Amino acid sequence: MITSIILNKIKQSFTDLLPIILVISFFQIVVLQQPLPQLGEVLFGTLLVVAGLTLFVQGLEMSLFPIGETMAHALARKGSIFWLLSFAFALGFSTTVAEPALIAVAWEAANIASQGGLIDPGPESLQRYAFGLRMSVAFSVGLAILVGVMRIIRGWPVHYLIIGGYVVVMLMSIIAPKEIIGIAYDAGGVTTSTITVPLVTALGVGLASSIKGRSPLLDGFGLIAFASLLPMIFVMGYGLLIFR
Amino acid sequence: MYDFGKILLATCRDVLPIILLITGFQLLVLRQPIPHLRRLLVGGVYVVIGLALFLAGLEKALFPLGKIMADQLSDPAFIYGAAEIVSEADWKAYGWVYLFAAMIGFATTIAEPSLIAVAYKANEVSAGTISQWGLRITVAIGVAFGISLGTFRIVTGTPLYLYILVGYMIVIVQTLFAPKSIIALAYDSGGVTTSTVTVPLVAALGLGLSATVPGRNPALDGFGLIAFASLFPIIAVLGYAQLMNWKTKRSTKIMEKRNAL
Repeated sequence: MITSIILNKIKQSFTDLLPIILVISFFQIVVLQQPLPQLGEVLFGTLLVVAGLTLFVQGLEMSLFPIGETMAHALARKGSIFWLLSFAFALGFSTTVAEPALIAVAWEAANIASQGGLIDPGPESLQRYAFGLRMSVAFSVGLAILVGVMRIIRGWPVHYLIIGGYVVVMLMSIIAPKEIIGIAYDAGGVTTSTITVPLVTALGVGLASSIKGRSPLLDGFGLIAFASLLPMIFVMGYGLLIFR
Repeated sequence: MYDFGKILLATCRDVLPIILLITGFQLLVLRQPIPHLRRLLVGGVYVVIGLALFLAGLEKALFPLGKIMADQLSDPAFIYGAAEIVSEADWKAYGWVYLFAAMIGFATTIAEPSLIAVAYKANEVSAGTISQWGLRITVAIGVAFGISLGTFRIVTGTPLYLYILVGYMIVIVQTLFAPKSIIALAYDSGGVTTSTVTVPLVAALGLGLSATVPGRNPALDGFGLIAFASLFPIIAVLGYAQLMNWKTKRSTKIMEKRNAL
């Protein structure tokens, strides 16, 4: 019984991975016409990926989703908007500020800016620039979750806020220095990590289902959208501020 | 083994702020015991170990291969033939690159754990009307198209913001006509596509391409693929919802007509 459940889960993870295996083999064998290098290592790696994905999905159902929902229910029951919003901000800020992808992107951005002659090429100014960028992204993600939670409480329609954000991004793209635009657009994508996404989704859905008059589908989703939109605005704003 | 330890440590560090935050709130603000604590802890351990295994496996097997491939496919010697010296990029010569971009975008999105999580939740919340695979495949098609277009942009060297602005316009127009229930989920699906699996492969493709295509500068042209990968899934999901909506409307109209006769 238990083995069949486990086997089923492993099969599912394998199905999730199958497209990557197919694409890579196709290009390697048909297009590039080369044998797969280190076949044994690749197979072993694939096995690890399947096992890891299976465990992760299991843990998701057992832990990340329930935690997000329990926190949402408990905070909604407490009825203090202040604490709810502080939790939202802290969740966004703390999960982003140490994100390795963000640290990497910030360094990359600092190098580009110094090559373009926009900032001093010394290591100190590079450090300062990268740190400032990281802080503004982390702050913007915190603010994004806060605004998103506020929206769920008040029941504002998501599209007004998002479209408003898009308009701001478009206007800023026109005036922002071009060295920062690509990084700003990408910054929106790298902020949401694999552990944050399920937690934040569960928080939104849990909140929407515990507040009267909110629909989990209509109001519960949308937090991630804010978390990928606001960093773009803040990074461009940071660029404008620094380069003036 | 050493690699796995390092990755496990990094994953623990990722989880640490979340644990601190939640315990802090439970103890200081909510002041109540956490229900099902043991189950949560076991699940948490699963998440950390699972994610670390997943990342270690990817770094061992798929990332090196994908990166080598991205390099080989964008190599001028492969694209133009070894003898030719190329000073101007010909966008028509990069067919395999566009195809590779589309297919790797699709494949990595299907394996993306955050998307699996969101699809699971959406299925649960919509009481089954949104199918997990339906959402994941739609999003993956969006990413495939987005990344393919993104590589085309790098090859031609056209400005990034123009594409993004047009994409935003399309999203805005679609939002006006799309069924209200899907809008929030569609916006979310843009952000979840780009995490652990997609970003490293796609970033390698972008940087490799911008370094080898004549006349491109990695600093300016290498970025932006991730932006494409987060914009086009929104368009795909909104479009799919609209199509479904239109289909149901049409079939009810036909039914009404039949009933009238």
